[in-house]
Amino acid sequence: MSLDPSFVGRTYPPTAPYQVGREKIREFATAIGATEPAYHDSAAARALGHPDVVAPPTFPVLITMAASQQIVDDPALGVDYSRVVHGDQRFAYTRPVVAGDELVCVNTIEEISNRGGHAFLTTRTDVTTSAGEPVVAVWSKLVVRGES
Amino acid sequence: MELSTRTFRVTRADLVRYAGASGDFNPIHWNDRTATTVGLPGVIAHGMFTMALVGRAVTEWAGAPDAVVEFGVRFTRPVVVPDDDEGTEITVDAVVKEVTEAGLTRLDVTARCGDEKILSQARAIVRTTG
Repeated sequence: MSLDPSFVGRTYPPTAPYQVGREKIREFATAIGATEPAYHDSAAARALGHPDVVAPPTFPVLITMAASQQIVDDPALGVDYSRVVHGDQRFAYTRPVVAGDELVCVNTIEEISNRGGHAFLTTRTDVTTSAGEPVVAVWSKLVVRGES
Repeated sequence: MELSTRTFRVTRADLVRYAGASGDFNPIHWNDRTATTVGLPGVIAHGMFTMALVGRAVTEWAGAPDAVVEFGVRFTRPVVVPDDDEGTEITVDAVVKEVTEAGLTRLDVTARCGDEKILSQARAIVRTTG
């Protein structure tokens, strides 16, 4: 398995807006056992200066993982998703995601390398509101394992 | 900042709940047949579930659910979750590497399952003032 390094720098069209729901944040927080009131209770979030419940730090991956299918499914790039494992994950926040956000993702291929029979693909997803306000940048490194 | 060790028990039920909440239904996180077919010892936790638990430790240490400015990890070892009531346990520790004048604290985080480190280059920057 190897990926074409000439795809580095390619940026994909913005994704359709994702509506961040209050119940989805509560469901996610419950699933990870996070009980801080600001994840569950709008009044508690407002007391911290947020308009509605705050999402836990890794919540944006729900949105970016779906958005990055644009890259994974790009037939010209040719990623075999059945051989993909998650290598690295990183988030850099301008502000937390909150319920009521309408978020758009722009995916860019930052890095491609091929070594040891495996291909390494780093994607950056810039998550903004639909009005263009930056919220969080999300990097994922995917490893496409070779067929050894 | 008080950085006491955090431990998190992880069972199959937690993985099913995370799959539903996150939309990541990859069967290696709930089906032993699939997991062993692809060469894993058994069902493993979602890497992003492990990262979410580490995120809980970080926000608890920071004392605020909205304090995280940067957060990154490398997944180095899978967390195998046995099909029993005990599951497994993840232990999370951190040390402060730097406190900046801008009120940011940089943490180096260690996450273990048993004696094995499951992440490397696990780092977080949290806002600790104002």
